[in-house]
Amino acid sequence: MILWAGVRTGARGVLWYLKGLLGEDAYEKYLAHHAALHAAGADVDGADEGAPHPLMTEREFWRDQTDRQDQNPQGRCC
Amino acid sequence: MGVTSSTTKEPTALKRVPRDLAVALNPEELDAHDRQWTPLKIIIWSAISLLGGLSWVMLAVVRGETVNAIWFVFAAICTYLIGYRFYSKFIEKHIVRPDDRRATPAEYKADGKDFAATDRRVLFGHHFAAIAGAGPLVGPVLAAQMGYLPGTIWIIVGVVLAGAVQDYLILHFSMRRGGRSLGQMARDELGVIGGTAALIATLVIMVIIVAILALVVTNALAESPWGVFSVGMTIPIALFMGCYLRFFRPGKITEISIIGFVLLIAAIVGGGMVAGTDWGQTYLLLDKVTIAWGIIIYGFIAAILPVWLLLAPRDYLSTFMKIGTIGMLAVAIVIIRPEINVPAVSSFATTGTGPVVAGTLFPFLFVTIACGALSGFHALIASGTTPKLIQKERQTRFIGYGGMLMESLVAIMALVAALSIDRGIYFAMNASPALTGGTVQGAVAFVNGLGLTGVNLTPSMLTDMATNVGEESIVSRTGGAPTLAVGLSHIMQQLVGGTSMMSFWYHFAIMFEALFILTAVDAGTRVARFMLQDSLGNFFPKFKNTSWRPGAWAATAIMVAAWGAVLLMGVTDPLGGINTLFPLFGIANQLLAAIALAVCMAIVAKRGLFKYLWVVALPLGFAAVVTISASFLKIFSATPGIGYFAQNRAFSEALAAGETSFGTAPSVLAMQAVVRNTMVQGVLSIVFVVLAIIVILTAIQATVRAYRNHSSATSEDDAVQSQIYAPAGFVMTPPEKVLQAEWDALPVEKKTRVKGH
Repeated sequence: MILWAGVRTGARGVLWYLKGLLGEDAYEKYLAHHAALHAAGADVDGADEGAPHPLMTEREFWRDQTDRQDQNPQGRCC
Repeated sequence: MGVTSSTTKEPTALKRVPRDLAVALNPEELDAHDRQWTPLKIIIWSAISLLGGLSWVMLAVVRGETVNAIWFVFAAICTYLIGYRFYSKFIEKHIVRPDDRRATPAEYKADGKDFAATDRRVLFGHHFAAIAGAGPLVGPVLAAQMGYLPGTIWIIVGVVLAGAVQDYLILHFSMRRGGRSLGQMARDELGVIGGTAALIATLVIMVIIVAILALVVTNALAESPWGVFSVGMTIPIALFMGCYLRFFRPGKITEISIIGFVLLIAAIVGGGMVAGTDWGQTYLLLDKVTIAWGIIIYGFIAAILPVWLLLAPRDYLSTFMKIGTIGMLAVAIVIIRPEINVPAVSSFATTGTGPVVAGTLFPFLFVTIACGALSGFHALIASGTTPKLIQKERQTRFIGYGGMLMESLVAIMALVAALSIDRGIYFAMNASPALTGGTVQGAVAFVNGLGLTGVNLTPSMLTDMATNVGEESIVSRTGGAPTLAVGLSHIMQQLVGGTSMMSFWYHFAIMFEALFILTAVDAGTRVARFMLQDSLGNFFPKFKNTSWRPGAWAATAIMVAAWGAVLLMGVTDPLGGINTLFPLFGIANQLLAAIALAVCMAIVAKRGLFKYLWVVALPLGFAAVVTISASFLKIFSATPGIGYFAQNRAFSEALAAGETSFGTAPSVLAMQAVVRNTMVQGVLSIVFVVLAIIVILTAIQATVRAYRNHSSATSEDDAVQSQIYAPAGFVMTPPEKVLQAEWDALPVEKKTRVKGH
């Protein structure tokens, strides 16, 4: 049983790493950021935040992400 | 924030403990931990030093018939560990001086998109995947002609003292400046002249690097229906993946990457079947010129298509393949431990007459192996995405310095793979068609005529190897990629599949290299296009608008034409292509390194850290001496094999004398091509070296000025109080564990960042 739990933890770790490496967790990070901003905006004045950003849906977020890459290309190494 | 030139804002203004929990470890406590030498630590580091020392003795002193590949791996890893633990710590303490109380751009500029704090271990993999490309795989293969020792020493010692230092410093300096790019930092630190020279140099270097990477792929795919099919199939696979992510299941990257990987393997297997058919032979057996045109057209279309359609999915595949293949090769080398039957230093190191790349050990070894020891291109990555994702300042050592050590290890493995194949086969594959005639008989006669001891090539060795790897011929498959693929398949088949699997492993390796070279070609063209548009925008404001289609297309076309012309020059070069152009690639890359190090030197000097300036001045001086002397040899040498203009003169005079063939050029047309190519290459060499000298001089000027003024100015962004905590290295130290446990115990809602200034 302990071995099985170890394997599961290990597999979860590998999957977590792979997702992070490929950037699959980008939307989760965006949501977390948005939530933190929102929570802070409620109790602090948030005056310097400018216009509030509406939360993007998952589909919108990924489109926005590749569109930003179009405008801001990054080199790959040789 | 913004550029400030006031005196250093000593972060004493930052609170030591901003909330109920510390965001940084106490520096004294950290230092005490480092200085505390427990018996266990002493034993571990003694063992590492002893093993490293023994490995170097086995490589450099003990000269048996053969040397085992495992010693390369041990020598490398032990030296890296020592360099990481002691030298990078020294740099951290005296130059970088990170302060975890300061927020990183990922924290104070956080937008959940471009600026987002990323787990250090994930970011390490991310950064490594971005810096590792074809360079560390190809360079060591070509340098193997000088024997195994010079390349090994340069890769291992060079990375510890130069390459990793550059990556670490640039990453840290860019991070302290909100993720500013190398070009912007050059302008800030070196002024208008130095900054402009650095910008132009970067653009020209980018063109050369893309052209030569494309040349490597062209050489690997020419006359290979199997390779053309499997690499060609990556385009529809990537398009499918792109559409899947865009329209069907957005964000499911791991899932589609696994599907793409399975399709990729199917494409490799399918390539073997297609290559055997008549139509495969008729339509996919293409010569170099056709392939080159294919890559040029592909490069243009790929660079104007939206990122989501081709570049992004190809990137996922490339990352997947890169990490997987490198890991697989490492495991295979450790298990198989191939015996290496190559002299430590060959005669080509001193005579400079090696058929693979011309020139003597100094300076040409140091430009042939660029990536893997010192790569200027990394400065563009380390001042690009990575600094915007770092959680805590102290992590830059692990990501910048550590990431480069990993790339160096890749270079060592590529060297081992190239060294493990028979030397006769190695030279037959890497001598240009001008020398071997492109035939098995010609190659055998040429290689055996080199008079190398222990080399006795037979025609059947070449034909057998060609059959095993599923190619028509392996004679004169220059560029390094095919040699590496033979080496990799030679090692992998001993682990999985035996001889019958060799052709699969060979094409797997070709696919692996082609994938990220094509990504680099696409991305490089895009970056160059933006740089060009930005510069053109100063004269024609409309070009500044990067979404203006005609402007974008015109700028893309100009950049593709620039690298395409160099590529075509390479594939049609009667002198061979790789052997004349590769030094230009290495010189370009090392000059970029000199530019990056020059910027670092100016920054360190302006902060008043003159006592430790040698840490930057040493690699800068070496890179400058190597590249400038290599450039001067390429420009002024009277030996036609080395000097571009000497070659140019020799062929011009032959033409003037009315000769119809000269050297390896069989016709007047070919002779005219040589005259044209050497002129272009010579002029490019002059442009590079002049730009680099300007940048280095302005950096020295900035350094001297800083010394005279007792400067302690900084161009860093203002310090912002950090609100988060994360450990610095891959493994947590005991003090880090204690603090991390306190943070882990916090309720979730308190862990998230509190907004405020």
